[in-house]
Amino acid sequence: MHEMGITQNLLNIALDHAQRADAVRINSLTIVVGELSSIVDDSVQFYWDFVSQGTIAEKAQLKFKRIPATMRCAGCGQTAPLDRQTYTCPVCGGSSLTVASGDEFFLESIDVDLADSSPVPGSKETSHARD
Amino acid sequence: MPEIEVVEDIMSVNDRLAAQIQGQMDAAGVLGLNVMASPGGGKTSITRRTIEALKDEVRVGYMDGDVVEIDAQHIARLGVPTTLINTGGDCHLDANKVNLALPRMDLSAIDLLVVENVGNLICPAAWRIGAHLNVVIASVPEGSDKPYKYPAMFRGAHVLILNKIDLLPYIDFDLDYFRHGIEVLNPGLEFFPVSAKTGEGFDAWLDWLRAQVAVKKAAVSA
Repeated sequence: MHEMGITQNLLNIALDHAQRADAVRINSLTIVVGELSSIVDDSVQFYWDFVSQGTIAEKAQLKFKRIPATMRCAGCGQTAPLDRQTYTCPVCGGSSLTVASGDEFFLESIDVDLADSSPVPGSKETSHARD
Repeated sequence: MPEIEVVEDIMSVNDRLAAQIQGQMDAAGVLGLNVMASPGGGKTSITRRTIEALKDEVRVGYMDGDVVEIDAQHIARLGVPTTLINTGGDCHLDANKVNLALPRMDLSAIDLLVVENVGNLICPAAWRIGAHLNVVIASVPEGSDKPYKYPAMFRGAHVLILNKIDLLPYIDFDLDYFRHGIEVLNPGLEFFPVSAKTGEGFDAWLDWLRAQVAVKKAAVSA
């Protein structure tokens, strides 16, 4: 259930970037989640509708890019999917491996609508938000 | 519908606060430990034995992330400053909770702060709390497949303690399989097999910990 706090962080980061771009609406978020990170994307989705309520990100779609866990084998030099049961190389059977991917967890991008009216000249608020 | 590139770590807000907490400990010359394990893995037993062994030479403080004061009372009996971080049933500590508890701990009066996290091998792995070292405790009865089931926890560890090794003769625990999992996830990880019950293996762990505390103290007096 730690996804509740994580989803709140996700929302804050998205809102922050949207505000800096003068966006009026966030349509979707693209989130990169590695297989080895302890994040369950279904749970993030579950909490999202709740935490995003009443914000410009309400009803935004969450798009998850899942990054598989991969390993590099010191024996044969190959990079291949990590066998989660044995942590041995699926190519040569070697056991001297290092993890090459799978820890990722970041917000890659947001898709937004920008305000279509041009900024009111001399508006303090607008110029501040564009800083 | 423009796409705005963000590329920001979702844990960044928490991590920034964790860095501030670590800065406070650095300034005071205090080494912080984030002790993580399953419920029943031996967080409190190992902490208690560690404090008993070190308390005449290292000033220890203890923070307990829990819903009741049972563990904190055990440790308080050793005469060290303790504080409960009431998690209200949450599955992990985060930087904010530790930050709120920090004013209750006089950093100038301690050399080592042991923060006992919530018993859980999943959630605490994602949240930095400002400690310098993540101490992960696994125990023999839990089985040797823990590094394969909970990779994030073991990848984030700075030191791993395998507890309850006095039970190895009675339990099918494949130590080679366990160690292989650790070696792939976290090459060169400090590893101490111990028994909090018999004290076996504690000398190596205590020597290592003493050295870490000394390095942290030396950094502030330099």
